[in-house]
Amino acid sequence: MSTTAKPTPDKYSLGQSMKRKEDPRFLRGHGNYVDDIVLPGMLWLSIVHSPYPHARIVKIDKTAALAVPGVVAVLTGEDLAAHNLAWIPTFHGYDKQMILAVGKVLFQYQEVAGVIASSREIAQDAAELVEVEYEPLDPVVNPFQSREDKIILRDDRENKTNHIYHWEVGKRDATDAAIAASDVSIKERVVFQRCHPAPLEPCGIIADMDAATGRLTLYLTSQAPHAHRTVVSLVTGIPEDKIHVISPDLGGGFGNKVPVYPGYVVAAAASVVIGVPVKWIETRTENLTTTGFARDYHMDVEIGATKDGKVTALKVATVADHGAFDAAADPTKYPAGLFGIVTGSYDFANAFTELDAYFTNKPPGGVAYRCSFRVTEASFAIERGMEILARKLNMDPAELRLKNFIKKEQFPYPSPLGFVYDSGDYHLTLRKALDIIGYDALRQEQKEKRTRGELMGIGISTFTEAVGAGPSKHFDIMGIKMFDSAEIRVHPTGSAILRAGTKSQGQGHETTWAQIAADELGLDPQNIMVEEGDTDTAPYGLGTYASRSTPVAGAAIAMAARKIREKARKIAAHLLEAPVDDIEWENHAFHVKGLPENAITMQTIAFAAYTNPAPDTEPGLEATFYYDPPNLTFPYGAYIAVVDVDAETGFVKVRRFLAIDDCGTVINPMIVEGQIHGGLTEGFAIAFMQELAFDADGNSLNTNFTEYLVPTSLETPHWETSSTCTPSPHHPIGAKGVGESPNVGSPAAFVNAVMDALAPLGVTHIDMPLTREKVWRAVRSAKGAAKT
Amino acid sequence: MFPAPFEYHRATSIDETLALLAKHGGDARVLAGGQSLIPAMRFRLARPAVLVDINALHELSYLREEGGMLAIGAMTRDAALETSALIASKYPLLADTSALVADPVVRQSGTVVGSLCHNDPAGDWGVTALAGRAQIVIRNASGTRTVAIDDFLVDSFTTAVGEGELALEVRFPTPPPRTAGSYQKIERKVGDFATASAAARITLDADGAITGAGVAIGAAGPHAMRVRDAEQLLQGAKPTKELIRAAADAARALADPVADNRGSVEFKKDMAGVLVGRALIAAIGRLGVEGLR
Repeated sequence: MSTTAKPTPDKYSLGQSMKRKEDPRFLRGHGNYVDDIVLPGMLWLSIVHSPYPHARIVKIDKTAALAVPGVVAVLTGEDLAAHNLAWIPTFHGYDKQMILAVGKVLFQYQEVAGVIASSREIAQDAAELVEVEYEPLDPVVNPFQSREDKIILRDDRENKTNHIYHWEVGKRDATDAAIAASDVSIKERVVFQRCHPAPLEPCGIIADMDAATGRLTLYLTSQAPHAHRTVVSLVTGIPEDKIHVISPDLGGGFGNKVPVYPGYVVAAAASVVIGVPVKWIETRTENLTTTGFARDYHMDVEIGATKDGKVTALKVATVADHGAFDAAADPTKYPAGLFGIVTGSYDFANAFTELDAYFTNKPPGGVAYRCSFRVTEASFAIERGMEILARKLNMDPAELRLKNFIKKEQFPYPSPLGFVYDSGDYHLTLRKALDIIGYDALRQEQKEKRTRGELMGIGISTFTEAVGAGPSKHFDIMGIKMFDSAEIRVHPTGSAILRAGTKSQGQGHETTWAQIAADELGLDPQNIMVEEGDTDTAPYGLGTYASRSTPVAGAAIAMAARKIREKARKIAAHLLEAPVDDIEWENHAFHVKGLPENAITMQTIAFAAYTNPAPDTEPGLEATFYYDPPNLTFPYGAYIAVVDVDAETGFVKVRRFLAIDDCGTVINPMIVEGQIHGGLTEGFAIAFMQELAFDADGNSLNTNFTEYLVPTSLETPHWETSSTCTPSPHHPIGAKGVGESPNVGSPAAFVNAVMDALAPLGVTHIDMPLTREKVWRAVRSAKGAAKT
Repeated sequence: MFPAPFEYHRATSIDETLALLAKHGGDARVLAGGQSLIPAMRFRLARPAVLVDINALHELSYLREEGGMLAIGAMTRDAALETSALIASKYPLLADTSALVADPVVRQSGTVVGSLCHNDPAGDWGVTALAGRAQIVIRNASGTRTVAIDDFLVDSFTTAVGEGELALEVRFPTPPPRTAGSYQKIERKVGDFATASAAARITLDADGAITGAGVAIGAAGPHAMRVRDAEQLLQGAKPTKELIRAAADAARALADPVADNRGSVEFKKDMAGVLVGRALIAAIGRLGVEGLR
């Protein structure tokens, strides 16, 4: 198996910045999203939400809503309970979630009733007329209050506690002892605030029950169409062959389109009962207030080190706020996702991490927004911790990192928290970053500025991710192993169709999947059509999230292509009248050993496969491959932010930002760069402006884009990018996942830079988002303290 | 996110507009740029029963100097000021403001007069209009009257425009020689309402003394507010760092903001002062006087 990108002619395109095949469609407005689909006789669903974060439902009166002309039905939790659909299990199966509230509501904006009407406008007008009488209860709005168990939120559960689970990994006693014995240690609470992926296209569905065939078609904003088909079958008992999920073009997902939402279930139930299509499209407010949020981890980070800066131990204890239901879509065996990557890029002899999760009166979710199953939180914890340690040691933060990196000869590296890192050269990548940014000159400039009282900061983040879930011995969702799949059919004239179990939401799969297959088969990527998202045609896969598509489905594509190539070799032997063992594949064509000038292409072979098949060979040329990855992949990067802080207003100007990413073999550098730009912009937003905040009464403070901020091009910094390439030794083409790296890696670089700017004032840590007021307040209190 | 039901009229003349407004009284709202009204209706925070759309009244779209005043018509968009050579050369305070209203997309539709009539406490144009001593021309069935901006801004979302009336234009006095202004704003992102904002207008005489001063702050009270104490301090004085600091402190003292996601009362009060200081330094700097930072 080759593990590096081969030098290839342009037309085969692996490693080339081929323009995205999907873009002409999107740029001309010819995309096809769920909301573009209109079916004959379609009804609309509008949902009634709770104004209270915690309340008993005394009475629901549908009369006025039902009296509106055009209203067909009003559904409540009691109605769904009759069909055993008031509650459904959450993805990992440890909890259940309400579809429409029964008995009480557990978060503000929780779904209470659904109005089905002949138009969207009528449904919304009538939803205002559903009269719900509530008896408000005291809310619990943070996990520290929750863990006191004074108010028990979930009276449906047997255990009368708000504590959901405890999880831990590593050696507690050895780690505690090592920290106690260390020359220098730091301890800091860092909070990764609750935020939201906020895809521009909100969630939606059209459920279409065909009473004649008994078949339920779901046009769904789904990152995982097959998984959703299986869930629907398991929950409803409808045989899986009678369920057809179609996930058309998606306007972003970022993990927000993995969970199953009440709107989907109510629309589907309504279509089954009424027998006509029912459509539900979220409003922006519904998307922000009810669907899968991200993060909300309160992390106590402790690091021990020798006085010359060699780290000895890491301990991270986390309190997690999961909201009203434990609906974090993690793999079954990983309740806290891949948080165990918290030792990062550093060689810790001792490490321990534990986590306790709690219910609160907030929306459910937690795993989303390019987080790679909690790798984002872990990376933020370790990268902030290393920065704080560097300051305590009075050591340059780059030097501290270089001193403690896992060395390239240590790979494959078994981490103290249970991962085996596949490959990396952390020293090379950070040194390249320091060189490009002009680190020494920046430190000199900073020194001069500090003498004048100007606040300039440089922040580094050298993160390592664990992505590509995952090996079947460890990873499953609802018991289904987290393999992925590809099917390639080569047509007689040498073009092809490629289908995969993943689902692009903007990542460019129609291009990169074609590039992988083209390189393996010697075909033109322009003539390899890629299709995803239709469960009737695509092979079964677990979908696109957690940077798993290239590590898993990308591998499946290469392997399916290689199966085709093996069959093609037999056809080539037949055509060249030589023994199969004498046939060689070189420069994207077959030839008889020693006779390279007499080569035949895959196009010729494809035609022969249908017109002149070899004796004893099945006609046709196609293959399917289900890939079970032997390990995760471990992409990494070195990011550096340079900021100037306005002490009077607290405004942070990000002057420069350099991202060097190493994701192994790169399939399409332009698409990778696009992913990096998008993720950095999200990381910038998280660091400086995004938070799903709640007041003390549990009211959501961010119900639309005027209060949940998404940066525009006008405030987004200029991004500088570069790369190094350390191929994954176990992936068929040496590729690693990359889509989430910039969101994982950048928040710590921004915060480290601002804290570095504020270092002369003695400010150690400020929790994100670093709003002007928080920075202003830190500067002011530091100056006030200096005066007294 | 759909508005509650409403009746819609597209007016074809000022007289027809006034007739429609007179007929529907308090139920009617005028639709100009719609950049505040439409979102409020979509969230169902505003539920006007009748909309009178004046977008077809092209005669209300103008920027012209007449009688020592710059007149801006009721249908003149923010973008028209942002791209006007006249504004860029003679009205730096207005040029600053027009480039900081919301975002470029909003400025293509939003109007100056509409913003003044909406009178959002965090709106931009009220602040500039106070510092620039603007007047608003209001018409009703029986005639036309002119109202000084100080009397026009009555309360949050309330102005001197009564039922059955239409604001026709806003007028800014053409600045005398040696006059400059500046508008400063803090926002969480482009397109957000101001966390704090300030406008300053300064005229210097040949000796460098201040002979005319206008200072106002936004997002610091029920509507944009003139900082009269600062204006009095500035009038007749020569600009110094101490003077500017005192003017800024007057703004801090006047500011009476409400806490929200944009910041606490304490932060916003301080920002009112910081921005008044910066607006004064920028305005005076435009007159060639440096060294005040």
